[in-house]
Amino acid sequence: MNNESESNGGRPQGSPLRIYGINGPVVTISGHTDLSMQEMVFVGGKKLIGEVINISDDKTTIQVYENTTGLYSGEPVESTGYPIRATLGPGMLSNIYDGIQRPLKAIENISGYYIKTGIDVSSIDYEKKWDIKILANEGQKVNPGDIYAECDETSVIKHKFMIPGNISGIIESVVLNGKYCVNDEILKIKTESGEIASINLTEKWAIRKPRPVKERLEPKTPLITGQRVIDTLFPIAKGGAAAIPGGFGTGKTMLQHQLAKWSDADIIVYVGCGERGNEMTQVLEEFSELVDPKTGKSMLERTVLIANTSNMPVAAREASIYTGITIAEYYRDMGYHVAIMADSTSRWAEALREISGRLEEMPAEEGFPAYLPSRLSAFYERSGIVENLNGSIGSLTIIGAVSPQGNDFSEPVTQNTKRFIRCFWALEKSLAYSRHYPAINWTTSYSEYLVELDGWFTENVNPEFNKCRAIIKNILNDENQLMEIVKLIGSDLLADDQKLILETARVIRSGFLQQNATHQNDSYSPIEKQYLILEVIIKLYDRAKELISRSVPVSQLKESGVFDMIIRAKYEIPNDKLEMFGELLDSIEKKIKEIEDRYN
Amino acid sequence: MNNIEYIGLSQINGPLIVIDGIENDCYEELVEIISKDEKRLGRIIQIEGNRAVIQVFEGTNGLSLNNTRTRLLGEPMKFAVSRDILGRIFDGVGRPIDGYGEIFAEAKLDINGSSINPVSRDYPRDYIRTGISSIDGLATLIKGQKLPIFSGSGMSHNELAAQIVSQANVEGSDYAIIFAAMGVKNDVAQYFRRSFEETGVLSRVVMFMNLANDPIIERITAPRCALTAAEFLAAQYGMDVLVIMTDMTSYAEALREFSSAKGEIPGRKGYPGYLYSDLASLYERAGKIKNINGSVTQIPILTMPNDDITHPVPDLTGYITEGQIVLSRSLEQKGIYPSVSVLLSLSRLMKDGIGTKYTREDHSAVSNQLYSSYAKVEDARSLASVIGEEDLSPIDKLYIEFGRKFDSIFLNQSKSDNRTIDTTLDLGWQLLSLLPKEELDRLDPKLLEQKYGKVNVIEDNTDSMN
Repeated sequence: MNNESESNGGRPQGSPLRIYGINGPVVTISGHTDLSMQEMVFVGGKKLIGEVINISDDKTTIQVYENTTGLYSGEPVESTGYPIRATLGPGMLSNIYDGIQRPLKAIENISGYYIKTGIDVSSIDYEKKWDIKILANEGQKVNPGDIYAECDETSVIKHKFMIPGNISGIIESVVLNGKYCVNDEILKIKTESGEIASINLTEKWAIRKPRPVKERLEPKTPLITGQRVIDTLFPIAKGGAAAIPGGFGTGKTMLQHQLAKWSDADIIVYVGCGERGNEMTQVLEEFSELVDPKTGKSMLERTVLIANTSNMPVAAREASIYTGITIAEYYRDMGYHVAIMADSTSRWAEALREISGRLEEMPAEEGFPAYLPSRLSAFYERSGIVENLNGSIGSLTIIGAVSPQGNDFSEPVTQNTKRFIRCFWALEKSLAYSRHYPAINWTTSYSEYLVELDGWFTENVNPEFNKCRAIIKNILNDENQLMEIVKLIGSDLLADDQKLILETARVIRSGFLQQNATHQNDSYSPIEKQYLILEVIIKLYDRAKELISRSVPVSQLKESGVFDMIIRAKYEIPNDKLEMFGELLDSIEKKIKEIEDRYN
Repeated sequence: MNNIEYIGLSQINGPLIVIDGIENDCYEELVEIISKDEKRLGRIIQIEGNRAVIQVFEGTNGLSLNNTRTRLLGEPMKFAVSRDILGRIFDGVGRPIDGYGEIFAEAKLDINGSSINPVSRDYPRDYIRTGISSIDGLATLIKGQKLPIFSGSGMSHNELAAQIVSQANVEGSDYAIIFAAMGVKNDVAQYFRRSFEETGVLSRVVMFMNLANDPIIERITAPRCALTAAEFLAAQYGMDVLVIMTDMTSYAEALREFSSAKGEIPGRKGYPGYLYSDLASLYERAGKIKNINGSVTQIPILTMPNDDITHPVPDLTGYITEGQIVLSRSLEQKGIYPSVSVLLSLSRLMKDGIGTKYTREDHSAVSNQLYSSYAKVEDARSLASVIGEEDLSPIDKLYIEFGRKFDSIFLNQSKSDNRTIDTTLDLGWQLLSLLPKEELDRLDPKLLEQKYGKVNVIEDNTDSMN
């Protein structure tokens, strides 16, 4: 990436750029400049970080990623010659960054508990030594993306070092295994043009540019999240894109936290975009205490956090999403399955609107700029399961929360997002009011990955899995229709088989869909357990239907408590004792038998 | 900073003035505007070359293009803080208006504050007992939380806020109360003053007054001054500070008025596109910081225009704050105080601040069950309104009865009733015991065995209420 900065060398000296106008986070320079679009600049004496967003013959517009209070007109603007870039290297995991990848802990060391402006800290710790194992040999031919070394970044993740973007050639020299800082030279590569390129352990990448891949693959493996309503009813594929829309108080953040904690991705990038400060603190605290059941290590060891809380500068909010996804792509290139949680993409869209308003651009719907859909699609299209340049398979799953204004799903951000994702987990207020979490509405939500994932479920869970899902969905749909009647005449007048549907639906809702994030047996539900609960419900349903056809009243079944036994199963059967479902089935059968005998 | 005076203005538009030919000015810098020997303060809100747009705090009444002189003061707006601000009254820009003279400043702080580094925050966990069952039991207030009251005109939000202030359990800790009035009526401000006096906390209260007829620009700075004072007292003196801000809707309207005067492109309902960021810059100043004893807890009050919770102000507020307490007009009409609409109310920080260590072991279970059962009451009620109460199934009838009792004994309490957490939770058990055991599916069977039907704290005085 070094040759990028050289393209700028020709700027004439003696015509320094000066601030002309200031309006909130937007700063203008008057006159003709040779800055380029998306170029990073330092604004003012304090060197606030900014980005060029508009250039015309007589004016250049810059959005500033920090608070502009106290900036004078006439202060200098310094060009850098390169776009806003993320610095990629070891040490990003278990770190927490602001929107432009400055580590918040380092900022705290410099400026205390308030974030001051103009702080210059490096994204990666340049002093720390890593134990590097070299995988490449002298004389070997390498291309971009090839892995030449690795180290243990945390106790669970191996960081693989790849040949950066535009370098290919023959390795001239290589260091020995040992401890190195990220800036130490590891390789010398003789490129095809005969130049010698020096490679160290970091790579810089422009955040708005997707990292290249060899080929995109068809998503066939689900991302198992341990959340029953998602895994069973609306599964998402590894490499898929999902949106979680919901008004305030419907549990978007809670669900995002659950997904970040439990999904079976190798690496999680969590972007808190324009949300509450306390929530980020909570993520930090909780994730460092939580132990990953698969590795036995702290969850934080596989997590990168990016925080731009709602009171941090709005322009950096727009950048935070791109910073996050660039980091995610970098780990994907190493051959990992990465999931990025963006909470919330609406705040990002609002940041776009705010900047667009300051630029006095012609607004489209509800004041949002006309380029909102294209920005959204460009973001969601960075998801996918791919064959990387180095031949490894990696995936990037995007799960974006959407905060619709006034809980109205017809607003532009929700509607435009819906076009570019294939999993829609709609959160519903009335479910949240009755404390049914996750409050995913089972009639309006959908997953387009069902077909692609069918094979995986058949093979890896149970051949009957897809059939069970269909039955459950049918019962829920039937309930939905029956509730229309119940609302008019009450449930007493329904026929017994209809009452059974209502009762079974109740079991599905309380015993299956609803999940308690704070209960140790229920916070995470393995896919096998999900299937076993489904199986018990369906077996009971079939058995009960049989009895009712022989005119056993449904109230008898209710009184026997069989339905409530299933509801409690999710709490009472620990995840490592799934054989207890056999006992549950037996005891249910015993009770049914008693009833049956009474009516024979 | 520089002593150049600029004579004359180029434009006057509502609360804004425009000056041309200005040099060496900085964004958000304070300016002094002198017209006919009268001094006013203003703030630079936009710079375009040599032209500056300035908002005038006291309003532009009486200003003319020619006879106005302006002087740059060289710094952003600051508020002079000291421990002595306790017991004092200020206007919206932080000037004392109680006649006791200027404050001897320990420090002058930028009223805009800075964002708190999320890494430095301490996740709020200590609960504040307010003595109000609906809040303590179901939407618990936590020290360092921002928990707004969503209300409507004519509802009892002021009484509720005053009751919270007088009962909030801050014993043992050094505390302060900051009251910011934005565009409220004089009577309302007086009501709060009187109630602070009655509960004997006046000497610990700092008041910032921007009444309904005061200039709107000062309405924008009032909460900022208030929060600067709060942060100072919390950080410097380790006080637990409770900030009451009323009315946030008037604040947002002031922002809209000022934004439209500036000619900005409006977002929803004419509010500026940055309303979310702007509100967040206030609300996010609540919290607790590691290694600092004090805390800032906010109770913003806002009136929902036409009781519409999807209106931009309550909507965006709800997205920023950690929950909300919503008052309901229908409960209000039934004469129930506080008229908290339980299902719509929520405290996001509650789950980590209750339980064995803080309140009581069964708190979370009881509140979950109460929520879930009360949701069914709503279903039963809507069914009853179609088919009549008589034709309801026996279980629905029980729910109706449960709902009635819930409203009249759990929700309803007198303005001086300061309930302990035990009373509140036992009351919850007493109500839940009205329902058959099978209906209580959120409760652990063991817990159910222990408490079901065994608690009776308050006699049923349904008929003698009020």
